[in-house]
Amino acid sequence: MNNDVKKVLESMVNRIYNSLSEGEVPEIRMSSRNRDNIVFDQISSVWKYGPSTVSRTLKTADGANYMLKNIYMIDFILEMLRDGKTSTLREMYYISEGWGLGKFGTQDESDMMAEDLEVITSLLREDFRLRPEENGASIIGDLTIEEKSRKGDFKKINCRDDVGEAGYTIPNNVESEKLKIKSTNAKFVLALETGGMFDRLVENGFDDRFNCVLVHLKGQPARSTRRVLKRLNNEMGLPIFVFTDGDPWSFRIFSSIAYGAIKTAHISEYLAVPTAEFIGVTASDILNYDLPTDKLTDKDIAALNSELKDPRFQTDFWKSEIETMLQINKKAEQQALAKYGLNYVTDTYLPEKLAEVGGLR
Amino acid sequence: MVSKPPSSHYKEISIAEFFEKNRHILGFDSPQKSVFMIVKEALDNSLDACEEGRYLPEIYVEISRKAEDVFAITVRDNGPGIERLEIPKVFGQLLYGSRFHSVRQSRGQQGIGITAAILYGQITTGESSRIVTRTPDSDVGFEIFLQINVRENRGNVISEKPVIVNYDHGTEITITAKGKYQVGKQSVIEYLKETAVVNPDMNLTFVDPDGRKTIFKRSTEVLPEPSVSIKPHPLGLEPGEIIGLASTSTEKSMKLFLSGEFNRVSERVAQEILTISGVGPEADPKSLKAESAIKLQQAFRKVKLMPPPVDCLSPLGEEYIRRGLRTVYEEMHPAFYSKPVMRPVSVYSGNPFSVEVGIVYGGEIKADDQVKIIRYANKVPLLYQAGACAITKAISEVDWRPYGMDQKQGIGIPFGPMIILVHVFSTRVPYTSESKEAIAAVPEISEEIKFALKSVARGLKSFMNKNERREKASEKFDLVMNIIPSIGRKCASILGKEEPKIDMVISRIANTVFINETHSKNENCFDVLAKIFNYTTEERSFDLYAEPFDGEVEGEAKWTIESIPPASVREIKFRVRTEAERYSGTEYFTSGIDPVLVHGAEPLPGDWSIREEVEEDEQ
Repeated sequence: MNNDVKKVLESMVNRIYNSLSEGEVPEIRMSSRNRDNIVFDQISSVWKYGPSTVSRTLKTADGANYMLKNIYMIDFILEMLRDGKTSTLREMYYISEGWGLGKFGTQDESDMMAEDLEVITSLLREDFRLRPEENGASIIGDLTIEEKSRKGDFKKINCRDDVGEAGYTIPNNVESEKLKIKSTNAKFVLALETGGMFDRLVENGFDDRFNCVLVHLKGQPARSTRRVLKRLNNEMGLPIFVFTDGDPWSFRIFSSIAYGAIKTAHISEYLAVPTAEFIGVTASDILNYDLPTDKLTDKDIAALNSELKDPRFQTDFWKSEIETMLQINKKAEQQALAKYGLNYVTDTYLPEKLAEVGGLR
Repeated sequence: MVSKPPSSHYKEISIAEFFEKNRHILGFDSPQKSVFMIVKEALDNSLDACEEGRYLPEIYVEISRKAEDVFAITVRDNGPGIERLEIPKVFGQLLYGSRFHSVRQSRGQQGIGITAAILYGQITTGESSRIVTRTPDSDVGFEIFLQINVRENRGNVISEKPVIVNYDHGTEITITAKGKYQVGKQSVIEYLKETAVVNPDMNLTFVDPDGRKTIFKRSTEVLPEPSVSIKPHPLGLEPGEIIGLASTSTEKSMKLFLSGEFNRVSERVAQEILTISGVGPEADPKSLKAESAIKLQQAFRKVKLMPPPVDCLSPLGEEYIRRGLRTVYEEMHPAFYSKPVMRPVSVYSGNPFSVEVGIVYGGEIKADDQVKIIRYANKVPLLYQAGACAITKAISEVDWRPYGMDQKQGIGIPFGPMIILVHVFSTRVPYTSESKEAIAAVPEISEEIKFALKSVARGLKSFMNKNERREKASEKFDLVMNIIPSIGRKCASILGKEEPKIDMVISRIANTVFINETHSKNENCFDVLAKIFNYTTEERSFDLYAEPFDGEVEGEAKWTIESIPPASVREIKFRVRTEAERYSGTEYFTSGIDPVLVHGAEPLPGDWSIREEVEEDEQ
């Protein structure tokens, strides 16, 4: 694998080198990474980048600066490959201080460029040995995995019996060389947006009672969390149900799990679970369960309107839910269900919603 | 019963008495303003005296505190001094002055100022003013203590004695008055600073009440052109003034009076005026009645009169404005000094006038505030009543947006790092009030101010455009000289190969001839090294001209650049002589090459007057 990465990156540099020496203007071409350029891939049932591309050429100062930074970043990655090191994206940003003209202005710029490099090379950030600063989310439930320890041997962990109340923490790298999924008796995975809801379900013993695996998404889920969901779905055949707040931002959390995110559309196939089901909170839930609500803010309304134009939300279900939310001008949190008592969500709401989507069969 | 005659209720009051009761009319309306007014009146007189005497002004101003709210204000000049016997009249009589009856441009206009200042001191503290003066042909000076007899409107000499002074000529006046010393926007120091801008031939020392000394040094020894007196032009006169002139005339007939006492009135025109007005040509001017004076005034408008001659005006001139602004504002390191603009002389109501404008832009001048406006009338700074002034109004009526300044809806004072100097000068400036703090918005004057402003603004815009082009050129230069070579080096080091030859790529990307300069400071001048890079695919040759934004190139400023091959460099070295502290860049012009190929230079204009063209195109 390392040799492939090295080869791909070096050939990229070589292309630029050759252009320069042959008197041709070098360029870097890649898929354009915006909402208008994601298309539905029939085969994998996820949204990927479409045919439109952008190019960075040496002709403009912007393009040349981009290329220079890109080459410095490649040099840095090649160095890590050689030395067997990894670094966080933040570390790379600080290291770029020493790159002279190739220095990054902001960490957003360097993060974006690392993703660009994935798009350009069809490799993964993990291949580049670049980690995010933050860990993935937590898992509780009857799931047995093996994680490679720092000593290099695989350690078996049951995510119900071998962990505390906080659950098992998903590491940054969840590829099979680091994490092996061994066995499970669970029937489905329930992914939860908020820590409060995760704790509520743990306390109420929901995973035992309904024989499921609970995953805390921690807001917009990290790549490794989405990758674990994908692997549980793929390798163990577990259906994924997503339970979030009822607002436009939570709809986006679900869409990135099920359809793929715009920023990472080049790896949707690897991250997205097209069969994931959204079980709430929906706009209809607000009406049906008569939930306590907040008014939509201007930003919420803008986000909902933008979702109406987002190709990933062009299903009857989503159009009707988004339009309803705009119409009632209300949003609700997962915790709003506590209006009916602490056990209402585990005893009534979730069983009803799961039955609706066939999760309890 | 015989009633008392009503006239006994009335009594004549003198002008001095009137002022005593209405001092605000002359600007003495608050304690802080009074200190300022005394300095201003004395300084105006001193500068006028030096200018008339053709001396480079050496001025000393001191304000010392006598009590919490009492100050002694001293102003000393090196003017021609005043004859001992003239002193009571010059300083002690309102409306006395050498200028009141002649038509010419001067700082003081009606001879009210200094007397009002003395009177104000006398009223508020009871103290006499001290005047020391020495004329060049006298061996000693005289020290005179003066009070003003309010009733009789004349100066009373309290004491007089000869004194030894250590200067050959000059006048010193000390007025003790109640007041308040303040700093800030409308302060004595600000007034002196603005005075220094328009009097770069002046050395001024100022000592404030805390003993702090500020010195404004002269930056030129060239004296301003003196203005000459002219006879009054008929169009500027009111009927009362016509009667006044007639009553003091020595001419025997109206015809001789008109052709002799007025400017631009020939005997033929005089006859025409008399025919139109129906006033008898042989009538005695001394018996001119109001009715006839009104008819004369109307007749003046019906005949064709040439405008008054312009040598009665004394502009600051381009050199003075440039030097003055530089000396005072150089510390803010402005990026641009406009070439000052002076409008041709125009006339309002028979009074010749003109307008001068200069601007300073950029550097450390505050960019978020409204532009700073410095207003002058007849070389005197105006600090008060900015809102009522024709200058402020004209500035806010110009749409500054096309010239690259921020302004809401194209109206109001613009925002940006800029100082605008406007000087209105005339034989008679139409002030809004006796205190001479603002210029009335006479349409002719407002129009001329706007023309002048637009003219300098075009210069500013062209500076900004050139700057922008220079920035773009330097961005491309950076791309070619730094970024692309770095990419080549880095690729080579990653691959373990030799550095690639990038000249061909650069030629393709740039297809440009770059002119890029560096400079170093030398004593009183800057050494400039201009490099010419040919990044086109062909050999190039052309002529290159240099014109620094400031100063001059030593020797020839034209070079013939012979055949630079592609991807090669030529160097030119030259020296710029300038008085500026900083080098603000050189403009380059080329001929004999397609201008689109050249970065860092402009095509040579057809005529070599490119920098003058902004002046011309009005009207």
